[in-house]
Amino acid sequence: MTSRTCLVVDDSRVMRKVATRIVEQLHFEAIEAADGLEALSYCRSAMPDAILLDWSMPTMDGMEFLEKLRGEPNGHHPLVVMCSAETNPERIQFALDRGAAEYIMKPFDGDIIASKFEAVGLI
Amino acid sequence: MTPEDLAFVADLTLRHAGVIIRADKSFFVETRLGPIARREALESVTQLVERARSTGDETLTRQIVAATLVQDTSFFRDRATFAHLQQTVLPALASRDKAPIRLLSAGCATGQEAYTLAMVALECLAPPRIDIVAIDFSAQALMKAETGVYSHFEVQRGLPIRSLLRHFEQADDHWKTRPDLRQSIRWEERNLLNDLSDLGAFDIVVCSHVLSTFESAAAAETLDRLESVCRDDGLMVFGANESVSPPAAFAATPTPGVWRRSSAFPRALSAG
Repeated sequence: MTSRTCLVVDDSRVMRKVATRIVEQLHFEAIEAADGLEALSYCRSAMPDAILLDWSMPTMDGMEFLEKLRGEPNGHHPLVVMCSAETNPERIQFALDRGAAEYIMKPFDGDIIASKFEAVGLI
Repeated sequence: MTPEDLAFVADLTLRHAGVIIRADKSFFVETRLGPIARREALESVTQLVERARSTGDETLTRQIVAATLVQDTSFFRDRATFAHLQQTVLPALASRDKAPIRLLSAGCATGQEAYTLAMVALECLAPPRIDIVAIDFSAQALMKAETGVYSHFEVQRGLPIRSLLRHFEQADDHWKTRPDLRQSIRWEERNLLNDLSDLGAFDIVVCSHVLSTFESAAAAETLDRLESVCRDDGLMVFGANESVSPPAAFAATPTPGVWRRSSAFPRALSAG
């Protein structure tokens, strides 16, 4: 069985490493991207099953990426879980309205990612 | 703490709460009793145990026992159970008549289970029709439950983000349950080893991840007490993966951990 893929998008290398280790433990194959542009370029080559998406990033932020992703062929396939330090309820609602399936407020741990992935049916 | 201290505390917990503390739980118990020792201005947990032993002080004993009980809980623990209650059980109860729907969270710890019941009930019932009673041995856990304030980590374990936005308001770096959720729940300090009949009858009795920590005779008696407050057409809910044998009058449903009183055994008959 081919394992499912999860694209980890964050401009912090440390954060990507932490998240990658967690999603690998949840039996996803992890791919890393440092901003929205890199993420979009990956998605054009191979659409992932899940995307763990930071909001605030240089070059292209999470919201702009999400909007562009949904315009791509098969761009509605990935379940997008936002992962951001933003905790303002109105801003979180904004991200959900733009198509995020779930939302993780940083800081997080493995239990939280597992719980959120479970909530959207990824595991 | 010494093995003798642990044995003394384990004996208290067994007699007062029916709960078994295993001999390898020394670190856990010592960690839990440390704050009580400090509050009593004692230098060590050993001194705290000595004071409880020599004075037999009831309040101190209760505090010690309460501190050793496992308070591990999270919102929407056993997700399939709450989905079943929300999609099937509660809508059926809601259309039965206009009476309030009564739910019991037995061993509610810091309240996540009771609030989860309130959240799923609010999906199909108006607040005046939701009557949730949540009971626990620990006054400290109940105080937190009643305040309804949870940490950043607690609200991200099991709770979907849309439920967080809908039912909580942000309070600095914590989240507090909204008034309509809090108002549907009555919190009471109760020992499951004592009679519960004055609480009245419930449509759903939830006792999740509690009885599996009990000594077997205490578990069986508690099960009888819980059964006696469950309505004739009521449900009993345990942890999905918990090994609890429900009373004979109850039959399994397709949802693990959810049991329904069989029509062959109405309450009046099964009591005899």
